[in-house]
Formats: sequence, C-alpha cells, structure tokens
Amino acid sequence: MRLAKRTRTSKLALVLAPICAIAFTLLISGLLVLWAGAPLGQTYALLFKGGFGSVFALSETLTRAIPLILTGLAATVAFKARLFNIGAEGQLYAGALAAVAVGGLHGGTGFDLPLWLLFVLMMLAAAIAGALLLLGPALLKARLGVDEVVTTLLLNFIMLLFVSLMLDGPMKDPTAMGWPQSVALIGDLELSKLVAQTRIHTGLLWAITLAVALWALMKYTVPGFDIRATGANARAAAFAGVPVTRTVVLVALLSGGLAGLAGAIEVAGRTSYVTLDMSPGYGYTGIVIAMLAALNPLGVLAAATFVAGVLVGADSMSRAVGVPTYIADVIVAASLISVLVATLMTQYKLVLRGKVA
Amino acid sequence: MTAPVLRLTGITKRFGTLVANDKISLDLHAGEVLALLGENGAGKSTLVSILFGHYSADAGQIEVFGQPLPPGHPRAALAAGIGMVHQHFTLADNLSVLDNIMLGSEPLWQLFSRRGAARDKLLAVAQRFGLPVVPEAKVGNLSVGERQRVEILKALYRGARILILDEPTAVLTPQESEALFDTLGQMVAQGLSIIFISHKLGEVLRVSNRVAVLRAGKLVAEAPAAGTSQAQLALWMVGHAVGATQRRPALSTGQPVCTLDAVCTAGGGRDRLNGVSLELKAGEIVAIAGVSGNGQLALAELLSGTRSASQGSVTFLGQPLVASPARLVSQGVARIPEDRHAVGVVGDLSVWENAVSERLRSPVFSRALWVRRGAAQAHAARITREFDVRGAGPQSAARSLSGGNMQKLILGRALVSPESAGSAHPPKLIVAHQPTWGLDIGAVAYVQQQLIAARDAGAAVLVISDDLDEVLALGDRVAVMHAGQLTDALPAEAWTRETVGLAMAGVHAVPAESDLSSVRPEPDFSPVRPEPVEGSHKASTGSARTAEANDRQAAP
Repeated sequence: MRLAKRTRTSKLALVLAPICAIAFTLLISGLLVLWAGAPLGQTYALLFKGGFGSVFALSETLTRAIPLILTGLAATVAFKARLFNIGAEGQLYAGALAAVAVGGLHGGTGFDLPLWLLFVLMMLAAAIAGALLLLGPALLKARLGVDEVVTTLLLNFIMLLFVSLMLDGPMKDPTAMGWPQSVALIGDLELSKLVAQTRIHTGLLWAITLAVALWALMKYTVPGFDIRATGANARAAAFAGVPVTRTVVLVALLSGGLAGLAGAIEVAGRTSYVTLDMSPGYGYTGIVIAMLAALNPLGVLAAATFVAGVLVGADSMSRAVGVPTYIADVIVAASLISVLVATLMTQYKLVLRGKVA
Repeated sequence: MTAPVLRLTGITKRFGTLVANDKISLDLHAGEVLALLGENGAGKSTLVSILFGHYSADAGQIEVFGQPLPPGHPRAALAAGIGMVHQHFTLADNLSVLDNIMLGSEPLWQLFSRRGAARDKLLAVAQRFGLPVVPEAKVGNLSVGERQRVEILKALYRGARILILDEPTAVLTPQESEALFDTLGQMVAQGLSIIFISHKLGEVLRVSNRVAVLRAGKLVAEAPAAGTSQAQLALWMVGHAVGATQRRPALSTGQPVCTLDAVCTAGGGRDRLNGVSLELKAGEIVAIAGVSGNGQLALAELLSGTRSASQGSVTFLGQPLVASPARLVSQGVARIPEDRHAVGVVGDLSVWENAVSERLRSPVFSRALWVRRGAAQAHAARITREFDVRGAGPQSAARSLSGGNMQKLILGRALVSPESAGSAHPPKLIVAHQPTWGLDIGAVAYVQQQLIAARDAGAAVLVISDDLDEVLALGDRVAVMHAGQLTDALPAEAWTRETVGLAMAGVHAVPAESDLSSVRPEPDFSPVRPEPVEGSHKASTGSARTAEANDRQAAP
C-alpha cells in the first residue's frame, strides 16, 4: 500500500474533500458521544446552538475567536516561511504582561501621557515583547541552525514561569486577596464593547483588519513574496536575490508581534488583568487554525470562528447532556487531521497493490 | 535467427490522458546491443520501468527467454535474469566492493555470511566479463568509472543475462566511455544481451547493433546501426530535421568583463575552487569541461553571487565582485543555475512571479515594497512569448512546467531586462551551468542558439557543462576543471576529445603548454598577490563578507 501522485486533480475531488473531512470528523466524535451515553442528534444540535444558535452564543463565539484569529495569523505567517513557531502561547503571555506593564503599573497615573498615546504604547509594547521572544529562536535558527520547534516550545514554559514570578512579585495586584493576578489596566484603556450586553469587543475589528493586512502583505508586496519564496524553496529564493536571513527575522517579528497583540487585546478587551490561566492554549490552537485555513490569512478568520464555535458550543452542550467538554478538543483535532488527509488525497491516490517507481 | 531473449508485445501505458507507451513491440536477441534512443519524455524510462516491474502496463506482454513475465513484480524481473544499471549509482560509499555486491543477495535467515564463496564468485564473474575489480576496495575511494563497473558486476553477480544501462556515459570521461564500450563488447561476446538507453547519437552508433527510436511514446523506427546515420537518427528522434549547433567563431572579442585571480572557496565538500584564474572577455564564450563535482558548482555559485571567495580576487567590470545575487543581476549578470527545479525556480510560486523574481526589487517592478503587478505580469508575458514558454499559464505554479519550458523561463528571466523596451540593457556576463542538461534536442538547440546570440550581442559567456560535445560546440575558448583547478582556457581548436578527456581525468597534458606549472599536481598555496592600494580594501571586504551581511547589503 502506498501513495502515488495523481496526474490531475478533479474538480469533484476538490469539492468532496472538505465534505468528507467534515463527515469523518462528525463520525469519529459521534462514536465518543455515543460512548458517553448521550443522544447523538441532540448533542450535535446543542453544540451547534451553543456556538452559533443565538445572538448571545454568536457573541461568545466571536469573543473567543479574537485571540484565536491573532494566534492563527501568527502561526500562518511563520509557517508560510517555514519558521515553525510553536511559541505563540508564550508570546501571547509576554504581550499581555507588557500591556499591563504599560497600561496598569503606574498607580492609575498613566505616566501623565495622553490616553491615546498610552494606548498606542501599550499595544506597541505588547507586539514588541512577543516579537522579541521569537527573535531569539529565529536568530539561533538562521545563524546556528538550532531547531526552532524545540526553542520556541520550551520558551513557553519559561514564559509561564516568568508570568508566575511577576504575578507573585512586581506586578501582583495588592487588592486581589492573594489570587495570582496582575494589576489591572486603567479602565480607560479597555477596549469598548461592540454589542451592548455581550462581551464582544472592538478587538474583533483589530483582528479582522490585521488578517486583511496580512493577506495583502503576502499577496501584493515584496516582503510577502520573500516570505512565500523563502518558505517554498529557500535555496531558489536566495538564488533569486531574496534576503533569506532578513526575511526569517522579519517573519519572526511579525509572528511574535501578532501573538503578543493577541495577549494585549485579550487583556484590554476581556480580562483587564493577567492571570496564569487567561489563555486555555490559544497559542497552540492557533497552529491548528492556521493549518485548517491552509495558511491563508483570510481563511484564518473562518477557521478561528469554527474552532471558537465548537469550544463555546461544547461548554453549553456539556452542561445540558453531560458529555465532557473535551469533546470539543476531539472535534477540533479530528477536523484538522481529516482536512489534512483530505487535502493530501486530492493530490495523491492510494495504491493498494503493485509498486510505483 | 534464434528466438529472442526478450520480447515486448504491444506494451501500452497511459498516465491520465498521456500515452507514455503506445503499443510498443520490441525483440532483443542474444549477444546483441539494442540502443533505445529518444528524447526526454519520449517514453524510454516508462518502458524500462514496465520491463523492470516498477509499473504494470495497461496492455501488452513481456516474454523473457520464452516465459511470460508477470507484470508489476520487480523481483520477477530480477529472477528472470534482467539487471539494471541506473544512471545514479545505488552503492554505499562506506562499504567495500564485495559488501556492496553481496548486499541483499543473501537470505535473512542465513546465520553467517558466506563471504569466501561470494568473493570467489565475484572474481569469477569479473574474470569472465573482463571487469577487473578489487573486492576489498572501499567504494568511496573508487573513481566514477570504477563505481559503474561495480554496478554492472552487481547485476552480473545476480545472474543477469539481460542488462539495461540507463544513460551510462553521462558521468564518464571520453576515455572511460571508450573503456565501457569495450567492456560491453566483451559481455555481448559472452552471450549477454544489452539494452543501452541514451539520447547521444554518436555513442549509440558506436556501441549498438540495432537502434530502436521512441518518440512521443511510439516506436517510430528500428534499424541496424550499421545502415543508419546520426542525421537519420536525429530526424527519427525529433520528427523533423534539427541541425546540431555548429560552432561559430566569435565575431570579435572585447574587453575583459570578469577576471578571477587565484580564487579559492571554502566549504562545499569536494566541490570547491583551489586557485582558479580565468578571464572572461566580452563577445566570447568560455566553456568549462569536466566531470561534475570537481568545483564547477563552486565556480558557478561564485559568479552567481551565492558563494564568496575565501582567497584570491574576483573582478567584475573593474570592481571587486560582491557576492549578492540582487546586485549582480542589476549589474548585468545573467545566471542559469545547474538545478532548475531546486535553485532555478520556486516551484510553488506562479510562473509570472518566477519570471520577475530576480528583479522584483528594481523600481520597475515594485514601488515602496508594493509589487507593481501590471508591469511584472506584462514582463512575464513578454518572456513567455519571446522564449516560447508553453504548458502552463502565468498564474499556474512553475513546477507544472516541463524541464525544457522551465529552462526557457529561466533563460528569458536572465536575458531579458525590463528596461529594454526603451533602452536595451543586454547582459554583460552570462553564467550558464549545465544549461541544456536533461533537455530534448529541440530545446538544447534553442538554448545554445540563445547563448550564441547573446555572445554576438557582446556578452561574456561562461558555459559550464558535463557534456563534452556541448563544450566543444559552444566554446570559443575551452578550459577543463579537475579537483578544483582549472587548466588554461585555450582556443577550442587547440583541444581534441582526447586531450580534454585526459585533463578531465586530472592528467595535465595541456596542449601547447610544456612548462612545468601546468603539470604541477599539488595546488599552489603561494600567498595572495598584493593588490593595488585602493582596490585591496574593497577586495578584502568583498571576500570576507558573510552571506547574512550580503543580505543586508542587498536592501533596497
């Protein structure tokens, strides 16, 4: 049994691939739902309703999608250049800490700066913090060939311990009765709500704008060409005059910066302070979203909304029928694998017998 | 005539709509060399893959020694006595000749290896077919010709009665090729049958008894080698008359464009330069012959801006050459890399993006980092039109182009500068590394004519090629590379195939040169010559610069 490259990809296969992927995902997850002893149809219906079925559900989904869009974009730009940034989680926390450092650690005086300037500085600080955290691994990779998967992954744990240190030390909120949380942002820096009576905030507009900007950057600019060429074939890119090392550094700054912004926007839009559990793995989920979106920045918007909907829907479904919320992780993981396999099968076919050179 | 040892009847193989083999019927007789001639893509490889069981045919039958061969089983082909020598050897460098030959020939459950018996058998086979070999020698220390001998012995050791040789001379010097042809003669005299795959007309006539010509999947001709000619074979192969590129002497040779002075490069394993001096003048083609891996890649990369010299100096248009592709392109260096798939194009990106990739940073194609897609796509359309790039639209991925069309795209990208609508900027230096490798005859002639035309327009052209015919056909001056060193570049008339072949093997019997400096076996490690004061600073910074630093310097 082996894979053989298809000589041509039929249009039908391209249409069928995502449908098969969804069907397979629902099948796998359905088996687990049945195993948990819950009615299959009702479970899926509740899951959908909890994620997309009402204005409130949709607002919760979109609120959850905001950090996921940003970490998804961070993974997209990095993976496009074959810089495998697994450290978006740590970069998100770095951005969140930096945001609070600028926007909260001054006893409410705001450094006597105009509010708009303070806001810009807060966002810049977050982006720079995330970018710097990825710059090291990127330079180590470019100069010494150190595997960035290892360095970025391990930096996540270092960052989490650093956050813990800060929350118990210099950034500790004295009014939090011992809870490990940071000082809060001054209220004026918080993002305003998009829809009254919901948690959805203007960070969504930021995320959408950044997605469109990244899409345009990749498609219409010289650095975008450099990034795509470097990722597709670094040797050929260097031959054509693409500054490969500089491009990798640029990608590190973009990717880390986007993940840092995810942290800042999460703080400014939702939590207003940093806690150790403010991100349930947004950085890692961003990788899944980028892959689901086939590394297309606009696709990230859809993929992040889908994943957020499943996560939010699973919460309310779980309360109703008692299937553990982990089913959401299964659905997301199964959908990723199905989509990857389905995409592969549009280009390759399975040969059961005989050998192909 | 006796019954054929191998009979193919009506072999047909389709890939989608492409018919790779169309009802091919062929007989091979005992004691015969059958040449299988055809351009790349004519169906030679497919036919051999079917014969060897890698593919199974959609229709048709194979009989070996009168027995039908079950389709799709490589082991069956081996067991029936068919052996194959691939163009790229399948030997383990760190093992001895005997180990390589025994690999895979002993059953897994046999506790002790029977090396003694195997050694005796190997020596008997070697003796019988006139292929002397040292069983204990490490393959890594053997020359290319010797490795090929080991590959042939490997097949014979396994009892092959029918030997398939895939482009066997591609890696050999002319002398080694002659030795191979003698060996083949001896094997045929012993009753073996040989299928000799090639696209080189001369050697096909030299070595084979019968020639079968494939074109576009069909067997178009079958003839005794004695009764045919190169011109006739070329006509069958291509389907229309193609004149081989005739050497036309340079119109006039101008000023030096690029000068290498005692250049060494570091890294790159065996492939590096070890004190190379060379002068390239406007309006002439200097062709470099040599077995690949002797420093050709280092020389090409050096002049393409992707490698820098560790010692010595490279001067381009009077200035030290800066190892930056973008800068070299803007200064008028046209570069054609050896590996068009891995280096020439970014396969995943579109045809039009690849067509402008070298000049994307020029103000013609981008403004403030924003790509001017209109101008870029118009330029790409011009290249595909003028260089007749077919098979894929401007938006499709460059990897979907065939080899010949991909090479035309690279050639057009290198030779056509965007400003030339108003004021022409023809390239000043062309660095072409294996420009026709793997192309069909029509594309070969096209590429060579473009290089000659560029020379006549005043460019200095450096052609680096494994193909001796190409070197002798194109070069106004010819030099030979061996072990990182280059002979003097002498007029093509001063060389013969024999003297080139000797120089390729490292024997520095350079014609019209009798002084000892050219037979010196060891590289010259004399100190770098002093430079003029104002030039030396630039030269030293130029050579010490790292790739990263160059990236920075290429910033718009």
